[in-house]
Amino acid sequence: MSRERDFTSAILDARLPVPSGLQDGHSQPAGRRFSVYRNNVAVSLTQALHQGFPTVARLLGPDNMDGLAGQFLRAHPPTSPVLTHYGDAFPAYLERLPQLAHLGYLGDMARLDCALRRSYHAADAPPIDAQLLATLSPEALLASRFRFAPALCVLRSRWPIHSIWRYNTQEGAPKPAAGPEDVLITRPDYDPVPERLPPGAALWIEALQSGDTLATATETACAAVPDFDLSAPLALLIEGRALTDISR
Amino acid sequence: MFDTLDRSAPSDGPSNGPFSRLPNAAGVGYKPQHFQSLLDDAAPVKWLEIHAENYMGDGGRPLAQLRHLAERFPMSVHGVGLSIGGEGPLDADHLARLRHLIDWLQPASFSEHLAWSTHDSHFFNDLLPLPYTDQSLTRICEHIDQVQTTLGRRMLLENPSSYLAFAESTWEEPAFLQEIARRTGCGLLLDVNNVFVSATNLDYRPQDYIDAYPLDLVGEIHLGGHDEDEDDHGRPLLIDSHGAEVTDPVWALLDYTLARSGPKPTLVEWDTDVPEWPLLQAEALRAAAALERVRETA
Repeated sequence: MSRERDFTSAILDARLPVPSGLQDGHSQPAGRRFSVYRNNVAVSLTQALHQGFPTVARLLGPDNMDGLAGQFLRAHPPTSPVLTHYGDAFPAYLERLPQLAHLGYLGDMARLDCALRRSYHAADAPPIDAQLLATLSPEALLASRFRFAPALCVLRSRWPIHSIWRYNTQEGAPKPAAGPEDVLITRPDYDPVPERLPPGAALWIEALQSGDTLATATETACAAVPDFDLSAPLALLIEGRALTDISR
Repeated sequence: MFDTLDRSAPSDGPSNGPFSRLPNAAGVGYKPQHFQSLLDDAAPVKWLEIHAENYMGDGGRPLAQLRHLAERFPMSVHGVGLSIGGEGPLDADHLARLRHLIDWLQPASFSEHLAWSTHDSHFFNDLLPLPYTDQSLTRICEHIDQVQTTLGRRMLLENPSSYLAFAESTWEEPAFLQEIARRTGCGLLLDVNNVFVSATNLDYRPQDYIDAYPLDLVGEIHLGGHDEDEDDHGRPLLIDSHGAEVTDPVWALLDYTLARSGPKPTLVEWDTDVPEWPLLQAEALRAAAALERVRETA
């Protein structure tokens, strides 16, 4: 018999009896003393999920978030003592809950929270000097390949995730309108910045990430979005200090 | 209830011996919201402690701040996730992450808990209790040997806050800790708030615990706040919350301890409902004053 197995089962399921052999200072059954552990585990992991998913928590409200976090942590306890990335399974979990079916965008909002957190903790990487790009001839630039900072992330969604994020985090932001949105996350300093990408730009960055030249990536994006223009997303990458190397 | 130790034999050498290179001064648990205040006006804080698991990302602000602070302050790395008291083997990946952190930060001290937190690859984010038996003693000593060998340094082991006891325990906690230290060569981290919480919850005198505790093995002292609740019989049940000021009886227990141990690196922990810097600073001042008093009487 494993003490730990009994203990953890009873921690996660308050309907189970307090494990036997646990007592107070007078050899009497421990009773509700055991609840301290139940409470510590649930409260600390709920708090970790609140911190890790601030946008989801705002959209749901604190009470609903507490309730969902309580269900989630019992179904998916952390598998690492490093809670920095706890909740990778939370987006898909939210999407499977029938009572949240009317909030179809919630899973992608949770993915955005996850991506912002990953970006925050990603490895540092010095950016290339933006002046370097200006010194290249157009031909040389088009033949170039880029490397990106580990803090960069691209998210594609059929929901207006950037507009929803702004509406919930920025005073006076416009109400979100329906429609798909792609998001670029960069970390110019220490704080990740999510920017909305124009159509085709997510495809373009993904092609560059896979090692395509600027010319090939741009052809790929134009094939999908005929009026794709690389200048706006290229400016976002430079401002976001997301380009770490250029090679031909 | 505990066997009081004979302290008549004088101990030689520096009081912290080989266990920690922290100064015998006040420290605080580092919280990122206090970063600037610590650079501007840290006094009387002479050293800082971090929770290892919060600094296991790849980069960004947490590691940049840590690098910056480590240039100014001696650092103590305090693990909360190694599960040294666990039934199963230590998590090799986690131990490797810990080694990586220790190797680059080169802290003055590393400490962990007499507790477990991982079972069957699930992490419970709490310091869970264990029975004190010959069997658990052997296992814990094997784990500490593994940690000390991997990290290439001695560690400190912290006494837990207890809310309940195990019927099968055959060792008293101070003797159990002393035996672990004897077998492994590790030092001890004495959390006097934990002593007060456990003593209240399990109904013994906290001074008796200190009297039985091998103070010459202590490389660091912890202080923190606790919450008050009740058990099924309406008796006080204290909860180690680290979310409030240190209470007066715990300050008194610190004085009682320091009078017997001499000055030690003494840390104030405040981990939940973290206050503005001046309030934590005031707690650190109180700890520094206690250390000053014991120096004057020495």
